[in-house]
Amino acid sequence: MAKRIRTSEGLFDKGDSPLKIAAIYAALLVACVISLIPIWMIFNMSLRPDQGLYTTELSFIPSNWTLDNYRVMIFEKPLLGWMGNSLIVSGTTAVLSVFVASHAGYALSRFRFWGRKGMLTFLLSTQMFPAPMLLLPTFLILSQFKLLNTFQGMIIPYMATAVPFATWMMKGFYDTIPVELEYAAAIDGATNLQSFYRITMPLATPALAVSALYSFMTGWSEYIIARVILTKASMYTLPVGLVTLQSAFNTEWGRYSAGALLTMLPAMVLFMAFSRYLVGGLTVGGVKG
Amino acid sequence: MARRSRSVEGLLPGAQPWNPYAYTMPALILMAIMVIYPLIYGVYIGFTNMSLQRFFEFDLIGLRNFTSILTEPELWEVLIRSIVWTAVNVAAHVAIGLWLAILLNRKLPGKSLFRVILILPWAIPQYIAALAWKTMYQHDFGFINLVLKQIGIDPVPWLQHPQWSFLAVILVNVWLGIPFMMMISLGGLQSIPKELYEATDVDGGTGWDKFRHITLPMLKPVLVPAATLGAVWTFNTVNVIYLVTGGGPGRSTDILVSYVYRAAFDFYRYGYAAAFSLLIFIMLMIWAVLFVYRNRADEGAY
Repeated sequence: MAKRIRTSEGLFDKGDSPLKIAAIYAALLVACVISLIPIWMIFNMSLRPDQGLYTTELSFIPSNWTLDNYRVMIFEKPLLGWMGNSLIVSGTTAVLSVFVASHAGYALSRFRFWGRKGMLTFLLSTQMFPAPMLLLPTFLILSQFKLLNTFQGMIIPYMATAVPFATWMMKGFYDTIPVELEYAAAIDGATNLQSFYRITMPLATPALAVSALYSFMTGWSEYIIARVILTKASMYTLPVGLVTLQSAFNTEWGRYSAGALLTMLPAMVLFMAFSRYLVGGLTVGGVKG
Repeated sequence: MARRSRSVEGLLPGAQPWNPYAYTMPALILMAIMVIYPLIYGVYIGFTNMSLQRFFEFDLIGLRNFTSILTEPELWEVLIRSIVWTAVNVAAHVAIGLWLAILLNRKLPGKSLFRVILILPWAIPQYIAALAWKTMYQHDFGFINLVLKQIGIDPVPWLQHPQWSFLAVILVNVWLGIPFMMMISLGGLQSIPKELYEATDVDGGTGWDKFRHITLPMLKPVLVPAATLGAVWTFNTVNVIYLVTGGGPGRSTDILVSYVYRAAFDFYRYGYAAAFSLLIFIMLMIWAVLFVYRNRADEGAY
């Protein structure tokens, strides 16, 4: 502890020379610029009055900028409808996936039961399925059960995508929570369900948050599955709707970009709000982090 | 470790033997309906000639799909491209992600702002990022060629030339994947006790010594599973290639999964695509088992 207090004097690590600090800042700045350029491109295109890409201007904001694309997207195009569909699908996916994964992860972390190892291996191997391998039969099954173009037809495959990874993440995090806390509760007469809900689950908040974020984003940003399952325009989620604006010969880039920016914003805000959980809560493969 | 072995011996106090089955039941039902059943159905379709024309009356055709895949003239080229794609991407993700994490894992004013900005490529839906990059690669008006022109370099035919296109899609995917590895590395770095480094200081070790003998070995249990998973995800990425180049020009940027995705959903060759997916899965499975076995990536995971 004494050491930690000593190193916390000053703004920088003791071992870092001024030259090294300058180099670190320079490298991080370059990395940030690279990370921001495509986002800035979308912002820039969304402000252009024309729908093409035909400008050689390299300014931060186009000289003839306008908010017209946003007006068109919000009031004339069905963007809000797509957003509503996406919210329903992603929100339900997140809530149900976290419920399923937090319980399964708890059992896999705390109990040694028949089939446990097989279940862990199976969940991990689902990550190896090439997307078309499940998508094709899923599509055929959904079409035979008349579930194409429905919310259920979207939510169930998204849950199947999100749950295996979320379960592993939850299991890895529960592993880091001392089981002795539950012994103490049991002495006071708590059942296992009570000690799980009142002690272990609240302590796993970072992992719950990361699982929720991961599951929500699965639905919010998924294009490849949605494109196959949704063919009716009124059911489009954001990704499918936005990409329809991009057709082979006449892409409405300005409007597309305005819509894309409005789609990105909630995702970016969520990520920033959750970013403090991401460092500790992200435990892959049961590794203690 | 002690606490783990204790829960192996017996049941947790207060728990019933059926508890674990109750907790895992929802996940099992979901997996049975959405993974196992489609999986079996998919294997079955792989042995039929199902297509858009033969959607309801298709026939079992034995191994014909598999023989036509294995005799596909482009197969080996696409396979090698998939391997190069995966290796280059994962190597870049780990190297750059770890490097950025090391830069951020110190006292540095403004570091949380840097961290938030560097996560953004992960926060953006992939299809949006892919299409943004596509406009940046545009030949006459794309951002990259405009910048190159400013510094006196001839425009690059990013999406017109096979090799440049392949580089273009790799760059997009590298950009997308760095934040995940950065966050994983950052989490791992923070769990390394500072005292270990201070001991090396006493012995007069250099920064490189610390990296090789402390950072890398300590991060191995975090990085190996993450890289394994990253490799599988990268190998199975359809998004980027489908949206940026559509596998083109010609088929020059297709990897196995984007090839199968287009066979299934752009050309409606369902039986063929199901058989092909099965082959890819078996291949990945064999690789993963060998790789995990060699690296003991699952050490402590169970």
